Amino acid sequence: MKKHQFEVVVVGAGGAGLMAALYASRTATTAVLSKLYPTRSHTGTAQGGVGAALGNLEEDHPEWHTFDTVKGSDYLGDQDAIEFMCSEAVQAVYELEHMGLPFSRTPDGKIDQRPFGGHTNNVTGKPVPRACFAADRTGHMILQTLYQQCIKNHVNFYDEFQVVDLILSNGAAAGVVALELATGELHAFHAKAVIFATGGHGRIWEITSNAYAYTGDGIAITLRRGLPAEDMEFFQFHPTGIYKLGILITEGVRGEGGILLNDKGERFMEHYAPKVKDLASRDVISRAMYLEMKEGRGIGGKRYMYLDVRPETVNKYASLDGRKRPDGSPYAVTGEEILQKLPDIVDFCRTYLGVDPVSQPMPVQPTAHYTMGGIPTDKFGQVVIDEQNTVLPGLYAAGEVACVSVHGANRLGTNSLLDLITFGKYAGLKAAEFARGAAFQPLPADADDYIRQQFDQLLNNGGKERLSNIAAEMKSVMFDEVGIFRTGEGMSLALEKVRELRQRFQQVQIEDRGKIFNTNLVNAWEIGCLLELAELTTICALNRTESRGAHARDDYPKRDDVNWLKHTLAWFKDGECKLSYKPVVITRYQPKERVY
Amino acid sequence: MQVTLKIFRFNPETDKKAHYVKYKVEAEPNDRVLDLLEHVKGFYDGTLSFRRSCAHGICGSDAMRINGRNYLACKVLLRDLHTKRITIEPIMGLRVIKDLIVDMEPFFDHFRSVMPYFVNDEPEPAQERLQSPEERERFDDTTKCILCACCTTSCPSFWANDNYVGPAAIVAAHRFIFDSRDRAAAERLKLLNDQFGVYRCHTIFNCTPACPREIEITQAIGEVKRAIATGKLD
Repeated sequence: MKKHQFEVVVVGAGGAGLMAALYASRTATTAVLSKLYPTRSHTGTAQGGVGAALGNLEEDHPEWHTFDTVKGSDYLGDQDAIEFMCSEAVQAVYELEHMGLPFSRTPDGKIDQRPFGGHTNNVTGKPVPRACFAADRTGHMILQTLYQQCIKNHVNFYDEFQVVDLILSNGAAAGVVALELATGELHAFHAKAVIFATGGHGRIWEITSNAYAYTGDGIAITLRRGLPAEDMEFFQFHPTGIYKLGILITEGVRGEGGILLNDKGERFMEHYAPKVKDLASRDVISRAMYLEMKEGRGIGGKRYMYLDVRPETVNKYASLDGRKRPDGSPYAVTGEEILQKLPDIVDFCRTYLGVDPVSQPMPVQPTAHYTMGGIPTDKFGQVVIDEQNTVLPGLYAAGEVACVSVHGANRLGTNSLLDLITFGKYAGLKAAEFARGAAFQPLPADADDYIRQQFDQLLNNGGKERLSNIAAEMKSVMFDEVGIFRTGEGMSLALEKVRELRQRFQQVQIEDRGKIFNTNLVNAWEIGCLLELAELTTICALNRTESRGAHARDDYPKRDDVNWLKHTLAWFKDGECKLSYKPVVITRYQPKERVY
Repeated sequence: MQVTLKIFRFNPETDKKAHYVKYKVEAEPNDRVLDLLEHVKGFYDGTLSFRRSCAHGICGSDAMRINGRNYLACKVLLRDLHTKRITIEPIMGLRVIKDLIVDMEPFFDHFRSVMPYFVNDEPEPAQERLQSPEERERFDDTTKCILCACCTTSCPSFWANDNYVGPAAIVAAHRFIFDSRDRAAAERLKLLNDQFGVYRCHTIFNCTPACPREIEITQAIGEVKRAIATGKLD
């Protein structure tokens, strides 16, 4: 085992990891370990924008952004953290611009903004343009810009190093163990502070917008090391994935005036969210689509709806809604403007569907999208490990892997990119500050024992089960039973199935016996992570007998603040799951009914 | 329908030399080539090795040579290839590590060599730096680059001499050279005014059709050449 020493080790090189690295590396020796080349990270696929109340087009305030986020979270978000994020947002976006991020521009040269689901003028209740965007590739621009700045600042990168274990020593973080994919060698990275920024686990579900890399490694690793996960029952299904493929079609399409239509050509969101209609929050729209399809109003009776951004459709409904441009003239678009503002969406549809969105509607269905739960942290990215929010010294988490919680039961669009840059930055700053005052904890001599055991088990188990079958069966049962609508009965079935799959996984076959780029072994290890998280998600979802945000149960259709206005904490101990709770932080906004 | 995949295979731990293996798989016209590779790995041979992540043409992991042309495997559909016989090989000009995985380090070294980052040391304003939509549009095309290497590894000049920085690095430089907010254009132009800089581009034009992001690469290189020659950025 090769050994390395850095004061701060960042795991993952998406938006949160790179932001953390930029800040940590100012004052501490810092290394970034990533299983992908940094520019391959999933942040790059984010499209529509990053939320910040710049007010460049219309009046807006961080307080409004805060309230919208609290409401979007179905009151499960911690209000102190949400207020912190939304007030940091404005400066954070300017900072990205100062780093060179090529935002789209308004005619007067400012950062352009577009409306997004759930973001409103708190006085009128109408959608407000708050999403700061760079065409429909905002995530790509953030990822590229941060990586470029890391190159400029000589950050140390270990690319294609897959972190597979966390080293704890004397009750504090002491480093990580990583597999170098190119050689198959294990490396120990001894550190004073470790920041997990490994992203989510949307590959649990069959129809997903998430990359192959989104296998929940960070949460699985910390669970295996005895740390809890928070609010795992809350996973977001984005309303508009390309039919069958799940590829994301940004909410920005609806921000630009796109409309969801059912088989009868009706704008069905009018019935479910009379005020903001197609710009209601994601959980509300995904459920509406599900209900429409269940009642036979999917297109041709099938399990998809139309998302229509043809200029004639946009202009018709904009006129009915009385939508205006900032100068007060009626809102209207041309085909060229659609192309200019949504070039990648047009490209995806042409490539994968043979559909041109300027002249044809897009077939869409809800797609697994975002992990609201994760490793519990405070608003500075410090990992907290119990009901009293006790800090684990030296361990940090930021971005989708973390649960601060700013997203609660449902994330608002554009808040994921905001989460990355805000909490990535603070995790980096805090980790470096911690490293200045801390000594290295001793590195255990057997640091790689646990992962060697895991790999040995995978490689030497008789090999009767095909990995691809196990993965496919997990994805299918999780999409059907632990998806947009859930029932106790269905989830019990899913739990039984996932447990059976975890048993079968003990005999998974690894054909590749080599060291160099053994993607067969690595993929199996990743599916192992997903199976554990699938089980935990299902247990937590079964346990929560209410409907809130993205967790919608047919058998408990109402939100129950008396019993369930609290976060779930879940541990895996000796194969058994232990559950506990901690209160939601409520400062200014008392829970009330959520209507859009 | 049934298609035949002929895949380049090389395992440095067991093979003396590279060879091709044929697989017959059931496929739909709308399948991505990446789906077929996943199918082969999942059901025929788990040792088949390739990179992939986002599977929709954004992360840039799965550049490969498909029927003799560079594509992202996730962005080319069976129906686009107009044949049931598909040959899949690693991109050219970079050392093959295993199967379809090549050593990307020389590619990223070239990228890093052209100052591919924003430089402006003037005091930052309290809000955003202003930029007109026209100024922003000037370099829009080259902001789309995902560093997949489809362009550089389709370039005969790069095949002939891998000291050439290659089209992707020039695209990266272009993105900053023509950004009205940036202040290091002269330094980048100086770096590219070199026998291994823009002058290795002989406008063979392979790069432009190879780009999965449809960047007008040859045009961007031409603009950089012109800026070097004239000392002007218009």
